[in-house]
Amino acid sequence: MHIFEGFLPGPWWQIWFAISIPVIFFGMYRMNKLISERRELLPLLAVAGAFIFVLSSLKLPSVTGSSSHPTGTGMAAILFGPAITAVLGTIVLLYQSLFLAHGGFTTLGANVASMGIIGPVVAYVIYKAGMKANMNFYVVVFLATAFADWATYVVTSIQLALAFPAEVGGSMASFQAFAAIFATTQVPLAIMEGALTALVFKYIVQVKSDALVELKVITAETVEKLRGVVA
Amino acid sequence: MKGELIFGALALLFIASFFYGMALNPGSEFGGADGAAEDVIAEVNPDYEPWIGNLGFEPPGGETESLLFALQAAIGAVVIGYFFGYYRGKGQSQQ
Repeated sequence: MHIFEGFLPGPWWQIWFAISIPVIFFGMYRMNKLISERRELLPLLAVAGAFIFVLSSLKLPSVTGSSSHPTGTGMAAILFGPAITAVLGTIVLLYQSLFLAHGGFTTLGANVASMGIIGPVVAYVIYKAGMKANMNFYVVVFLATAFADWATYVVTSIQLALAFPAEVGGSMASFQAFAAIFATTQVPLAIMEGALTALVFKYIVQVKSDALVELKVITAETVEKLRGVVA
Repeated sequence: MKGELIFGALALLFIASFFYGMALNPGSEFGGADGAAEDVIAEVNPDYEPWIGNLGFEPPGGETESLLFALQAAIGAVVIGYFFGYYRGKGQSQQ
């Protein structure tokens, strides 16, 4: 779910652009640096981007009779950090607003902020904290991804609520109305997304664990431990 | 194997919840949650009109929209499959 074209009145869409643009530029700088210094990681970057592409195209039906889709940004956030993820997210959002009338150009700033920046930041923080607490790698991946998904929709609700405060109760009441819609569809979706991302990380550990070590996602010892479990 | 099993069980639960939802809301069209959000906007601020129309290409119908969504998923899936296969093959030839 992204906010549609024209559904954010001024000054809100400008404000969200002002927040998103510096992050995107910083992410482009980081991405350029990564590609020029570590060319061999380019395929993994492509996979992370493709993962967002696939997951955000899956409109899944839910219990309540509506549909929504996962975001897929958790994986890129864990591998490359939030700034680079913001760039990948922007590419996907551009595709969807260009060809699918899904989201929009004027609301791009707000959509990048929720899906490309704040969700990935949440994933990154949870991931780092979980690894520090010495939790199981796959459990941490699951938690980070699921919470990134939820955070995206919480932020979307906040963005809509700020722009459309209810006459009675103001923004808080609107926030509850928007969040109620997304909560029911997004809770099971985020759990699915977390499980899928953990599964994909299992394959990355199997086929390309040296990249994970190089990106300082996990240490060589953790790889040894995880492989021991898998084998 | 364990990861795949957990994911498979969750996927089954998810599908089951979908059928349960279908039984609960027989008339539902399973429209997007974003559409529901639009309804809330209409409720909170009935006078609000989107200040700008759609700027990109608008799919001329549900079928074309499905095509473009499928295309998006296919592009992503090809990239993922290609590079995982590449890594796997490279790993095997090094052994």
